[in-house]
Amino acid sequence: MQFGIFTVGDVTPDPTTGRAPSEAERIKATVRIALKAEEVGLDVFATGEHHNPPFVPSSPTTTLAFIAAQTERIVLSTATTLITTNDPVKIAEDYATLQHLTDGRVDLMMGRGNTGPVYPWFGKDIRDGIPLAVENYHLLRRLWREDVVDWEGRFRTPLQSFTATPRPLDGVPPFVWHGSIRSPEIAEQAAYYGDGFFHNNIFWPMSHTEQMVALYRRRFEHYGHGRADQAIVGLGGQVFMRPSSQDAVREFRPYFDNAPVYGHGPSLEDFSEQTPLTVGSPQQVIERHLTFREHVGDYQRQLFLMDHAGLPLKTVLEQLDILGEQVVPVLRKELDARRPAHVPDAPTHATLKAAGEAEQLEVGAR
Amino acid sequence: MTTRTLAVVTAGLGRPSSTRLLADRLAATTRRLLEEQGVSVEVEVVELRDIAHELTDNLLTGFPGARLRAATERVVRADGLIAVTPIFTASYSGLFKSFFDVLEADVLADKPVLIAATGGTERHSLALDHAVRPMFAYLRAVVTPTAVYAASSDWGSREDALDQRVERAARELADLVARGGAAGPVDPFDEPTPFEQLLSGP
Repeated sequence: MQFGIFTVGDVTPDPTTGRAPSEAERIKATVRIALKAEEVGLDVFATGEHHNPPFVPSSPTTTLAFIAAQTERIVLSTATTLITTNDPVKIAEDYATLQHLTDGRVDLMMGRGNTGPVYPWFGKDIRDGIPLAVENYHLLRRLWREDVVDWEGRFRTPLQSFTATPRPLDGVPPFVWHGSIRSPEIAEQAAYYGDGFFHNNIFWPMSHTEQMVALYRRRFEHYGHGRADQAIVGLGGQVFMRPSSQDAVREFRPYFDNAPVYGHGPSLEDFSEQTPLTVGSPQQVIERHLTFREHVGDYQRQLFLMDHAGLPLKTVLEQLDILGEQVVPVLRKELDARRPAHVPDAPTHATLKAAGEAEQLEVGAR
Repeated sequence: MTTRTLAVVTAGLGRPSSTRLLADRLAATTRRLLEEQGVSVEVEVVELRDIAHELTDNLLTGFPGARLRAATERVVRADGLIAVTPIFTASYSGLFKSFFDVLEADVLADKPVLIAATGGTERHSLALDHAVRPMFAYLRAVVTPTAVYAASSDWGSREDALDQRVERAARELADLVARGGAAGPVDPFDEPTPFEQLLSGP
């Protein structure tokens, strides 16, 4: 089981002081947070991609490469990469380059984005969101898997005799997750290719996450990639911890009440009941996260949202200490113990490379 | 015996509310007319006042709370809908509109709907045809030709004009509901579009 964090990269004023970080401070803070994630023993750091204020991460591979240069072990990922408005050719090139620079510590998560104007800003139409995600990703797969591609589609200039360079590290494309909060088509897409499916699991009730994951698992089996319980599932989550739950609630409430997405809506208590948000002691966070598998089955990746809504860097780093020291070791042990042997781990570059080599041998033996 | 369900959405704010009173009269008359055709009727009333906070939360968070979700499911699954709003500032109330704003696209397509409204004076009666009817046209619902408006004065009238309007509109709705066929949309989680179809494009 992999544990990690994902960041939206919002520049939000701290509601308790009114002060917003500069873009430079926010970008540097993101790097500090990623380094801390590795230091406290987490497995994955994922950044969002946005092209409008108040967000800073418009150039994910720049930031991920900078982090990779200062880390040894952590997997660099995205949450999400905009498969709708980015040119799939550029995604193929950028992330293959990042693979080489990081010795394969890369995977990525495809998403459609939720900001309407980004589509026209990049010359696209939001009504084509699903068709863009489908066509662009299909091309991206071919660019990584075929040395020379001839291609024609609805949305992009045709390609004749095109080779995306560099070729993927060891001939193994990065593992891909598909993230979607509410589109069954994306669960279907992930299932069709045998890719991973990630549910953000922050803004909606667990019952909804459960429905999306169940569809993905059922269709994963339908498309012949293995049993439904062997599909590769990731979940998001959102926590705030202090040794006493009263202190956690008191400290987090102003950030919750003014948060960009759900602020000024339901109460912290209602939202905690309706969604997986957990504000309390480390023990409460552990207990809640041990229940997720009852809804979505044994899953492979848990990412936490830690740095948003104006939380100061110092607080975020403290949260990562608590997460890494008190929560993740327990969750890792307990969840690993509960997972049956036939349920695989999330693929990494090493496992995909080994699987590819095994397949070659098998073909050779025939 | 055939059974049909009628959902009643009422946006009255008072307790008791004349909007609810009108909704109840429309529901009772529709029920009687359907029962005369040998159709038994289950009526489910959604009082929007009871879920007003959840509606606002849904606008802000993007997902429905438990009670709102139950209410929208009752409406989506019903064979017919009676939708009644007070007229505020020349149109439906904001609460009434919010309920229909948070429904998924197309869930009311082909649904027989009787629209009705209440107001302080008769002068607002055309708001039904200028505001409420176009909204349901956009949702591709099947709205009965007769819409029922009740002004405060109707509740003390010696004439039976309101009764006649209720009777006519309820008869139109009952005829549509008796035919059936508005069972609601296909659940995309039960029947996802196969990927080959998504891949081959429109």
